[in-house]
Parts: sequence; structure tokens; C-alpha cells
Amino acid sequence: MSYIIDRRLNAKHKSAVNRQRFLRRYREQIQKSVSDAVSNRSIKDIDKGGKVSIPTKDIGEPVIHHGNGGHNTRVLPGNKQFSTGDKVNRPESGAGGGGGKNASDSGEGEDDFSFTLSQEEFLDFMFDGLELPNLIKRQLSGVEEFKKVRGGIANEGQPGRINIVRSLRAANMRRIALTAGKRKRLLELEVQLNEIDRQEEASRDLLLREEIIDEMSKISQAIKRTPWLDTFDLKYNLQIKQPIPRSKAVMFCIMDVSGSMDQATKDIAKRFFILLYLFLQRNYEKTEIVFIRHHTSAKEVDEDEFFHSRETGGTVVSSSLKLMKSIIDDRYSPNEWNIYGAQASDGDNWGDDSASCKELMSDHLLPLCQYYSYIEITPHDHQALWRTYEEVHNDYPDKFSLQHIIGVEDIYPVFRELFHKKVA
Amino acid sequence: MKQAKSDSSLLFSSSEWSFELIRDCDHAIGEIAAEFGLDTYPNQIEVISSEQMMDAYAAVGMPIGYHHWSYGKQFLSTENSYRRGQMGLAYEIVINSNPCIAYLMEENNMTMQALVIAHACYGHNSFFKGNYLFKTWTDADSIIDYLVFAKNYISKCEERYGISEVESIIDSCHALMNYGVDRYKRPYPISAHDEELRQVERAEYLQKQVNDLWRTIPKSANGKAEKNTPRFPSEPQENILYFLEKNSPLLEPWQREVIRIVRKIAQYFYPQRQTQVMNEGWACFWHYTLLHEMYNRGLVGDGFMMEFLQSHTSVIAQPAYDSPYFSGINPYTLGFAMMMDIRRICESPTDEDREWFPDIAGSNWNETLHFAMRNFKDESFILQFLSPKVMRDLKLFSIVDDDQQDKIEISAIHDEGGFKRLRETLAGQYNLGNREPNIQIFNVNVRGDRALTLHHTMHNRKPLAESATEVLKHLHRLWGFDVHLHSMDGDEIKQSFHCPEQE
Repeated sequence: MSYIIDRRLNAKHKSAVNRQRFLRRYREQIQKSVSDAVSNRSIKDIDKGGKVSIPTKDIGEPVIHHGNGGHNTRVLPGNKQFSTGDKVNRPESGAGGGGGKNASDSGEGEDDFSFTLSQEEFLDFMFDGLELPNLIKRQLSGVEEFKKVRGGIANEGQPGRINIVRSLRAANMRRIALTAGKRKRLLELEVQLNEIDRQEEASRDLLLREEIIDEMSKISQAIKRTPWLDTFDLKYNLQIKQPIPRSKAVMFCIMDVSGSMDQATKDIAKRFFILLYLFLQRNYEKTEIVFIRHHTSAKEVDEDEFFHSRETGGTVVSSSLKLMKSIIDDRYSPNEWNIYGAQASDGDNWGDDSASCKELMSDHLLPLCQYYSYIEITPHDHQALWRTYEEVHNDYPDKFSLQHIIGVEDIYPVFRELFHKKVA
Repeated sequence: MKQAKSDSSLLFSSSEWSFELIRDCDHAIGEIAAEFGLDTYPNQIEVISSEQMMDAYAAVGMPIGYHHWSYGKQFLSTENSYRRGQMGLAYEIVINSNPCIAYLMEENNMTMQALVIAHACYGHNSFFKGNYLFKTWTDADSIIDYLVFAKNYISKCEERYGISEVESIIDSCHALMNYGVDRYKRPYPISAHDEELRQVERAEYLQKQVNDLWRTIPKSANGKAEKNTPRFPSEPQENILYFLEKNSPLLEPWQREVIRIVRKIAQYFYPQRQTQVMNEGWACFWHYTLLHEMYNRGLVGDGFMMEFLQSHTSVIAQPAYDSPYFSGINPYTLGFAMMMDIRRICESPTDEDREWFPDIAGSNWNETLHFAMRNFKDESFILQFLSPKVMRDLKLFSIVDDDQQDKIEISAIHDEGGFKRLRETLAGQYNLGNREPNIQIFNVNVRGDRALTLHHTMHNRKPLAESATEVLKHLHRLWGFDVHLHSMDGDEIKQSFHCPEQE
């Protein structure tokens, strides 16, 4: 007797919970592995999910078993040349007769435990614990999200929202109110009836008595006929929509594309901005991003041009800051917007332009910005721009930060450093 | 030619499977199996996808399991090697329950499905029902219920006490899972219904017991009392998890219950670990025999047989000791070879067989095989039935690797003088008692620092691996006070592990 059951339509991901448990338990190791992966990947693949490895020794499940040594006997198949009493050298590794080779220790043999993360999980690990600093201006803007809140009791509504207690209470009130006169009259009649009954039998007005009893029964019936529950009694829980104030944020990405930036440096800058871009897209969906490229003159471009255009020239950094200022004046009122800036350059700048950068930064931009970060990508010594910005940093330690990147492997750590969640 | 004649009687000719074909095929195999006297639980054949097979894999063959990261790890590694094509999935998973659940993978073709049905639904199934170890240690009727109870109980604990808290207890229990079985005492079969009824009651009662044990009685004036206090436990305890469940001083009732759950599941798997060779050998023997019988009756064609024999051959292949594919003796090979050989000895015994197996040579092969299946485990089965012919065919030889000698010695080979010794050695290799270190709880310092002392009785001077240190940490978590483990060779302490570590 057999039952044949088609289970293919049953839930597939029975192991999903266990998988999550694993990721949860080894969060730290996985994070480290993800950060290594970020540095080693090509720009195109940076946001793909993929294989990560963590050291096997970290995830072992120990069991007690025999170690090497002692007196071991073992039976092996496939004898070709041995006869009883032969002596042979020990093989290099445990393969031949290492003894006590229990099958239980499943972790043995591989150095790393590799597995595949989905893109979603990968990005989760990548941006875990990061945030935009000082995101404080919250505004009611035109297109809003609403949340629903309880707003008391209403006489109309959907059946699903009936407030039973209130409805029954209203019904009770209505019944009391509607029958008040009748019950009063009933009481009077009862008194009259009692009076009549108290008189001597002979002197009773039987006709009147009959009438009273008749009226009393009519009134009682009328009281009974009052509806128990009327549509009029129904009360509903009212929900009202409240607009949610949202923080509006804009990020300015400023990249130096001058001739002094060689291919490797540009690559690093792009990687940095791709990380930033992914981070904002993922965690701050409604954030606007403004892309600015500059050499001697600055230009606002779209995402595609920002990452792919090959145009180049000399270097005037202040041109980009001026452009940023004018865009803010045009479109992003500092009263409503949280404004952020991220700038990447090799630190090379035109003559005395750095001084005007400082002035623009300190006097015009930083008062409007929530946070501004500058990364300098150069294997060489710092130049005028870095020193100028250091002064700015000293003036605005909370709002302005600068970091130095030498190679690809620095990008992700620096990125984390710039945007890690500050514990209040 | 023969093909053309018997085409009409063939059950199927295409390689595509369908539910009708599976049903007909199962029916045909079932009839033949009944003729051979195979006694089985009813079958529940479930068709699943490869993802579901990976899930089943990760849950170490339990249809329902509590949540734990180690199963997630198992799943990730299965998934990873499967995706990379390093590993094919097993053809089948079969669960020792009543009805007996067997999984068929939808990707397999009809030949494979027939093979799996014969192998799992009639081979393994009848073994589960007939073998004495399974009869004693597991209760096929209630295992699914028990697993459901365990899963629910553990999720409830997670809700109340937090995932991490529960996880750490389970980690510790898993580390000691192999020491959660009474090897010498017969157990009561587990029953989910009773478990649930008695669980609360037991928790309270146990807590009381424990408290009683640890009641602080004022010490007597001098140390004389120490000598008179009886040792606790009065006899060494081999079932460490059981001991902890009943006696660990600091555990909450729910933690004791979790220990109990892991212990019960260890008990459920205990027979499987001791009958691998027999179980697989039995199943292979029967799929081989049943499918051949189908062929003889014209139910399946030549193409089917070719394909079936190819999978069969790869399953029972045994790489030689020096092959790069060698990873120990293949239980399928050894088991299948022995079962086939028993049949040969019964049907056409040689002089050698008459000398070695006077009582089975020439007897009814089916009865003899059933007798072997019912009453043996791997160790005793090999000791009893491994014939010189099988040893010769597999070219078995035994080696002695002694750390006091420079070289490895070949102690016996497949010749007249070596058969007996070879057989004993091989049987010993399947003795769980030799394979796993013998560790017992020796003493608890009840009146003092409550330290727990365990003794490892060394076998052939084999030391414990370093992992013992890690396991001791888990033991320490469950016991709550100092834990000491001594490796004893006779009365001499060879090796000591302590948690917390001692200088």
C-alpha cells in the first residue's frame, strides 16, 4: 500500500530560516569577507550578490574524536603488492593509515567555507551600520506619505470598523430615550391601578380598571417593540490620515576629471561614487543626487555621463563649488533640504585656486550643508588643496571630513569611516 | 527481437516519468517484494524538486527539524557544491517512520524513479521495520509527532528566552550529541503524546530533584565526613546528556527539556550509525533482485536494465586504497557484496563455504538473509558473515599503524592465514565503542566546588583530538562549574583537559 504525493508545489525555502540563522551568527566574519569582495571586484559587478568565504575554523562544530597516535588498525581495499608482514613507510598525509580518521569531523579538509549571498543580502552586509549624518531637517512637502491614526468615533464607516461597545451603548441610550415617556405613563397607571385595588371591592370602578389594564398592556407592547439595535446606533472607529514629515536630502557628487587624474585614480573615484550611489539608492530611496564633473569648468551631468564620459582638461576646483552653490540657490532651498556633498580629487589644483575654494567652502557652502566629505586619491604627498581643506576641517569638525585613499583596497574602509553610524 | 515481443507487457518505454507510471511501477515492485516476503511499513512516496531535496539534505534527513544555524550551514554548503556541479544530489532520502517517507526527485528519469522505489520503499523500509536495533531504539509511529513537538517547543523557547540563548544551549548539546545515548541499557521508545502530557510535570519534578541534590547542608565539624560521603554518581555515567539533564545544578527547566530533545533525536539516529553497511547492502541487494525479477517477467526492457545497471555499478564502486577517489570502505559495496555472497553460499556453496559456514551453506537463501537482517548490526554482521570470497574479491588487507613503530605493518591480507584476523579487524572498525572515544562521567565534587570530572578510557593508547578542549567549553556551559577530563590508560592519567583552563 503506497501513497504518492506531489510535494513540488510546497514551499521551497524550508531552509531559509536556518540560512538566516547562519548569516546572523557569523555577521562579523561575513561582513569582513564582503568588504574584501568589494575591493576586489570590477566596477560592473560591485553590487552583484556572490560568493563569500569565511574561515572554516570559525564555524566548526566540535565533537570529541580520536586524535592521531596510539595503536591503530585499519582494513583497506584493493591490495596489489603487499603480503603479510611487509613494512611500509608512513604516507605523507593521513591518506594511508592516519588512524582514527573519523567521518564525524565534517569541517576538515577545506580552509574556507564558501557560500553564495543574494544581491539583496550582499548589499545589506555592505551598508550595514551606515547612515547619512545630521539628517535633521524634516519638512511637509507636497506629495506626502500618510500614516493612519485613530481619530475617535464616527457615525459612518465600513462594517469592519464597527466599535461594538459604543454601538451597543448608543442603542441602549436610544432605547431608554425613546421609551422614557411610555415608562413614565406605565408607572402612573400602575399607581392608579394599585389605588383602585386598594378600594373595597364593591366600590371599585371596574370599567376604569379594565381600561387601565388595557392601556398598560398596550404600552408594554410598545416598549417591547422598540428596536434592540438600529442602524442609527452603529458607531465606527474613525481613522484619519496624517501626513508624515519627511526629510528631503540631496547629495552632490563632485568628481575631478582633469588630465592629472590618471586612469587608476579615476577608477578609484568612480568606485567610491558607485558605492555612495548604491548606498543612497538603497537606504535613502527618495534622496536626490546631483552629479558634477569638473576640470577647468564644472558641468552638471546625469548619472550615465558622470560614470562613463571621457571628457577631460585642466583643473580648477572652485568651478565645481561655484556650480554647486548656484544649484543650491536655484533648486534646493536650505530651509527644506538636507544638503550633502562628496568630492573626490587627486589634490591637484590650479595655482591659487585653493584659496578661493576655502572661501567658498567656509563662507558659502558649509553653512548650508549638513555634511561634506572630501576624499583625496593620491599615492603622493598632499598639495595645497588638502592643506586648505584641513583648515576648513578645523573650523567645522562636525560637518567637514576629509580622507585619504591610496589604493583600491582603501575605498570601502574609508567609505565606512565617512558614513558610519555615530552613536548619539 | 525479444524486445518487440514483450513490448506490450512493458510497464513503460519512455524515460519520462508520470504519476501513473510511478503508481504502476510501485505496484509491480510491491507485488514482487511481497512474494519475496519483504515486510514493510506503508510507503509515502513524495515527489519533490531539487531545491526541496537540498532542504531535506540540510535537515540531516529529518522531515521536520527545529531551527538552528548549523542546518543553515549545511544547506549553504550543499547549495554551493550543487550549483558548482561538484556534487550530484542523492537519488533518494528515506525516513524511518510509519508510513515510511521516501523522496523522489522530479529531475530523475523513470528508470531512476523505479530504482529508488525498489531501493528505498522496499529495501530500506523493510530494514527499518525488521532490524532489532531499529525496533528497540526507535518508534516509527511517533517520530514525526515527536519532531513536531520538538520544533514547536524550541520555537516557543526562542520567543520567550531569545534566539541566542536557545541557540547556545543547542550548540552545546550538539557537541555532546554522540554522548546522549545509553549504549548498554534498553530505552523506552519515545512517544510524542506522552512527552507533551508529561513535559510540564517533569520539568517541575526535575527542578525539585536537582535542588535537593544541591541543598546546602552545614558541613560537619571536621573533614571526616568527606570520606563517608558516597561518590556521586555512584557508578560512572556514559550518557552525558542524560546526566546533565537530570543533575546539572543551574539549568532552567526549559533548558533541561532542550537537552532532552537533542538526546532523543540522537537516540533516533543511533541505530542508523550502527547499521550503515547492512542497511545499504540490504537495500542494494533488493533493488538489484527486484528489478531483475521485473526484467525476467518482461515488465521492463533492455534499455531500462542497461541504464539501471550503470547507476547501480557506480553506486557500488569501491576505489582502491591508493586511488585519489578513495575515502574509506564504501558501505554500499561491502554490504551489497556480502548480501549477494550470502545468497551464493546458500544456493551454490563451495567446499570453502561449507567449511566456513556449515550452518547456512545450502539453506534457504531468503530466510537466511532475513535472519541476518533482523538480528545483526554492522559489527556482528561482518564478524558472522564476511566470507573469504568477499575478502578476496575486494582484496582487503589490514595495516597496523603504531606510533611506537617506525613503519606501518601489513598485519593480514586476503590469504588463508589472514581471513580470520582481517574479519575481526574489519568488524572492530564498525564497533562504535572503538570508533568513538569512551568517555564517562566519573565524579562530581558535591560538597566542594561542584566540579565535574570525566574519564576517558583510552583504547589502544589512542589520544583525544584537540577538539576536546572546545567540547569541554560546551560541557562547562551546561554544567555551570569547573569541568575536568582525564584520559586514563589503566590508572595512569595521560592527558588532561580543563575548563576553565588551568595553568
